[in-house]
Amino acid sequence: MATQSADFQTLSRRYTADKGFRAFIQKGLSGYYQKRDQNKANFQDWQGARDLAAETKYEAVNHLDKYLLEFEAKITTRGAKVFWAQNAEAARDYILKVAKENNVRSIIKSKTMTSEEIHLNDALEKQGFGVFESDLGEYIVQLRKEAPFHLVFPAMHLTRGQISDLFQKELGSEATDEPEKLTMIARDVMRRKYCEADMGISGTNFAVAETGMISITENEGNARLTTSLPKIHVALLGIEKVLPKLEDLSLFLPMLATAGAGQTMTCYNTMYAGPRQPGEPDGPEQMHVVLLDNRRTELLADAEQRDALGCIRCGACLNVCPIFKNVGGYSYGTTYGGPIGSVITPHLRGLKDWKHLSAASSLCGACTEACPVKIDLHHHLLQNRRNGAKASPSPAEKIAFGGFSLMMGHPALYRFAVVFGRIFQPLQNLVNGTILDPLRAWTGSRKFPTLAPQSFHEQWKKDRGSKP
Amino acid sequence: MTGGRAIILGRIREALRNNPAPRPHTSHSQSEAAADHNGHAQREWLPKVGETLPERIDLFAKISEGLTTEFHRVSTITAARELLVKLATESDWKKIASHSHDDTDALLEGIGLPIVRTEKGYAIDDLESCDAGVTGCEVLVAQTGGVMVSVESAGGRALSVLPPHHVVIARTSQMVPDLTAAFEHVKLKYGTQFPSFISFITGPSRTGDIERILVLGAHGPKRLTVILLDE
Repeated sequence: MATQSADFQTLSRRYTADKGFRAFIQKGLSGYYQKRDQNKANFQDWQGARDLAAETKYEAVNHLDKYLLEFEAKITTRGAKVFWAQNAEAARDYILKVAKENNVRSIIKSKTMTSEEIHLNDALEKQGFGVFESDLGEYIVQLRKEAPFHLVFPAMHLTRGQISDLFQKELGSEATDEPEKLTMIARDVMRRKYCEADMGISGTNFAVAETGMISITENEGNARLTTSLPKIHVALLGIEKVLPKLEDLSLFLPMLATAGAGQTMTCYNTMYAGPRQPGEPDGPEQMHVVLLDNRRTELLADAEQRDALGCIRCGACLNVCPIFKNVGGYSYGTTYGGPIGSVITPHLRGLKDWKHLSAASSLCGACTEACPVKIDLHHHLLQNRRNGAKASPSPAEKIAFGGFSLMMGHPALYRFAVVFGRIFQPLQNLVNGTILDPLRAWTGSRKFPTLAPQSFHEQWKKDRGSKP
Repeated sequence: MTGGRAIILGRIREALRNNPAPRPHTSHSQSEAAADHNGHAQREWLPKVGETLPERIDLFAKISEGLTTEFHRVSTITAARELLVKLATESDWKKIASHSHDDTDALLEGIGLPIVRTEKGYAIDDLESCDAGVTGCEVLVAQTGGVMVSVESAGGRALSVLPPHHVVIARTSQMVPDLTAAFEHVKLKYGTQFPSFISFITGPSRTGDIERILVLGAHGPKRLTVILLDE
């Protein structure tokens, strides 16, 4: 059953009808556009930087085995353990095993979409572990028992009033409409958690093969605390995130900051090369890197769309997408929303249930233009439409396009259809968009232009007849 | 226990074998530069940095202003000390944290406050209750207004992030043009024996998670002070 598709329709209609909500999202993004453009302008050549980023990712993704092995060898010599997880279950089981073996009681997390992808919090909580999201936006949505609304801005759908109500209810704090006070409430709660937690779980923005490092980008400092104070650090890492050289970061860190949040650099960009080394004063005793496939290799096998593995999860394509801005993050029903989510989810979770997402696009190409690593997003959406139609053809579409092709191929039929249309269009106008309208699936949100009283063909015939 | 290593590697190789992906379409003739991967190709495209040290310091100062990093140039260690005493008095510091290092030791001489030293280990609560963390750094990055720290140069992982005010002391010889130069510095200094933690700190901790409105001091320091000592 196409329940995902039905859910998308229901939710997207609900969000799109809410003009106040749409205006709120637009307002949230307006500052981003301005700062992003300023920072792009500081580059000597943003397009040249995009080309180089695309080339670097091409090299990495097309030699993925080589770079993963180099990364594994290097970080292992530094004392980290690398676990290769084929799927979500294997990753969860491994993390649970590490937690149990070390008698972990409290777990602190920094932002990681990969953990959302494998539903890690649920699994940990079911086994009785207390899990706390430390990123402010993630903490807010965790308290609301929601998923992140956006890859980079998890709580952008909530007003300060809603957040204040939430904190009053869940934390017993005073009401306030100042973002600063709300932030300080969360800061105080989290401070205690960092000091008590015995396991810290983070994501990874980049892995460096040459030096065996993982790199984490953040603004708040929560990831640094998560990876400094607890005695165990677990880093989740999608297999596609590896870069060949350390210097590649000097391109990717500023590009991620600019595309992701309109910043010159994100506040903290940290490279970790293993757990605490001999002679170092602090840091975790153990570091575990969980390399996750979870069907990324399916996407790798599709040469046409392989470049989508270059994604650095900056969220730039969401921020410019006319569909995302109207339907919001929750309509997609996926971990990764927006254009990139619509491209990769059919590979990660099955084309059959997720092909409808490729129709949630105007094919305007704004996403492709915004992508710092030049993923050909809107063409991939078209390819997914094609693949979806090939895998499960729709008889109605077949008949409709067969009829259209017949009509266009036969001028007499076309002329008849035009005459027919002129007679029936006024009748259809009477019931346009209502339940009596047989075409309401189309006309409910679109207007068909009125057919001209005379076609060009008819005019041409008439006028040419009257001239020498 | 390595899990599905062989299976995943098998799937990767299978996916890549006889299945070439089209090269990215690029408008610039730089494929060679990217292919030989000398690590400098990006300098052509990234934000411009001046050639001379004064230009670089000016750029660092300008970016610091935008980031709300408090940037001070001093010509003597005495002047640096005076500045630190002023900060301590204004903010009513009761206890600070630092690590033993030539410049931090010189800076803290005679400060008259209890100092938690991190380099030989410390109690988390002891560090958490400090009003400021005073550290050295690897380099300052003119291009981004960033401070590169490491376990070695900043007394571990937590000293530069746990106390609410981070004070960095650096010398003009530590000013590098860009991120590429900062990575070169690290490779040159440590070879392959990197500290387990290296971080670019670019401004005080911040968040925009509530209505995209900027708030400083989300989880890390609310203030970042960089003192640059002329040599």
